[in-house]
Amino acid sequence: MIDVLYFAWVRERIGLPKEQVETSAATVADLIAELSAREERYALAFSDTSALRVAVDQELSEFSAPLKGVREVAFFPPMTGG
Amino acid sequence: MTVRVQGEVFDTGAELTGFAANRRDVGAVVSFTGIVRDDSGDLERLEIEHYPAMTASAIEAMVAEATVRWKLEDALVIHRHGPLAVGEVIMMVATAARHRKDAFEAADFLMDYLKSRAPFWKKEVTTSGTSWVDAKDEDEDALARWS
Repeated sequence: MIDVLYFAWVRERIGLPKEQVETSAATVADLIAELSAREERYALAFSDTSALRVAVDQELSEFSAPLKGVREVAFFPPMTGG
Repeated sequence: MTVRVQGEVFDTGAELTGFAANRRDVGAVVSFTGIVRDDSGDLERLEIEHYPAMTASAIEAMVAEATVRWKLEDALVIHRHGPLAVGEVIMMVATAARHRKDAFEAADFLMDYLKSRAPFWKKEVTTSGTSWVDAKDEDEDALARWS
């Protein structure tokens, strides 16, 4: 089980801030493909990965990052702090 | 080094006075204050979302990187989240060093990183609707200066 978190418009498109996902996805990209195949709202949220960022166990990461041993993955748009 | 992520209003003057007080090693303090600005003329408020489990640690990592690159005696970052009215303070950065160049450059570096790498997302609520603020290409360009 992996905790999957969504922020900003990703959260709004998917319709929830957090869920637990039972997955055997090897990488973040595989997880995105798995979720996108699940329902239209995921496919919409993940349609343009160039507009997405990912954090793996609370560290900014790449879509190619492996998920073995990972507890938390978060998807969000480019950050706008400051 | 101090990092605070909070919803509450804070007093930038009091923070800066406290930050600079009682030091014998510091010859320069630089501070930056970010304020909610109304570009469209109809902004009601800004809503700032963040990633609570990650925000403080991500900023602490930026501050640690700044202390490797410059000779800093101290640094302070306070960043708010939640609803903020026009004119309210969003965040502040202060750096303290023996000499001003280190303080200026470290503060500039921290601001560039906070803009694009701290997990905050701004949403504008106007009289005609709401929209997420898009990240700007020039903010990424600004980061490239430091690599």
